Amino acid sequence: MSNRDRPLSPHLQVYRPQITSVLSIAHRATGVVLAAGLILLLWWLAAAASGPDAFGAAQDAAGSFLGRLFLFGWTFALFYHLCNGIRHLFWDIGRGFELGTVALTGWLAVVGAAALTGLSWVLAYAAMGAL
Amino acid sequence: MSLRTPLGRVRGLGSAKEGTAHWWAQRLTAIALVPLVIWFAVSLIMLTGADHEAVTAWLGDPAAAVFMLLLILAGFHHAQLGMQVVIEDYVHAEWLKIALVTAVKFAAVALGIGAAFSVLKLALGG
Repeated sequence: MSNRDRPLSPHLQVYRPQITSVLSIAHRATGVVLAAGLILLLWWLAAAASGPDAFGAAQDAAGSFLGRLFLFGWTFALFYHLCNGIRHLFWDIGRGFELGTVALTGWLAVVGAAALTGLSWVLAYAAMGAL
Repeated sequence: MSLRTPLGRVRGLGSAKEGTAHWWAQRLTAIALVPLVIWFAVSLIMLTGADHEAVTAWLGDPAAAVFMLLLILAGFHHAQLGMQVVIEDYVHAEWLKIALVTAVKFAAVALGIGAAFSVLKLALGG
């Protein structure tokens, strides 16, 4: 870190975004978002453990517009990280590295996550009797 | 010709001295989380808008409580391993990197035990 004038290789923004690179950083980003979501999970469980009043307040917060917005984002982050994580596990056993396969499974992870997010929210509203 | 000593080769711990322990733990927790996360998502969908009584009844089922504890254990461990990699990749000041990795480890254990205690309290009749 001493010589600050040394030439640097081109950084990320020089390159055109590709499905592989975008999904790779998205896996990281959703992972960080989900780690933050674990704090909310603790808050929800602790509220339930401390009694009906605290839990009612937690449920009201989760059901508010902002709460639902965050939960929707977390739902997608969860399903994307799940689908893309399964993709990573297949790579770990040495499968799915062909260029065409990588692009196909990448789009499958995105479409799968979107579909599971939509399905979950439709079922959740149905479970509440709102549909 | 390999320059590695026979002892170094059988230990298989490499220059980081911990081998593939971190990588392997991340994969094992990932595999465990696949069914646990699907179970949790289905449970939350069925609990949409639930009151306190319904959540208590849900965790009163021993199977649900055990699955929830497994999810908390695997989830917080997996999150800690992942956050550590992100910090090590992007934080270059050595003291800050060590401080953040330590803080994440402490937080994962503390928050995870907090979550597990909440589940146990509800499961054992709060």
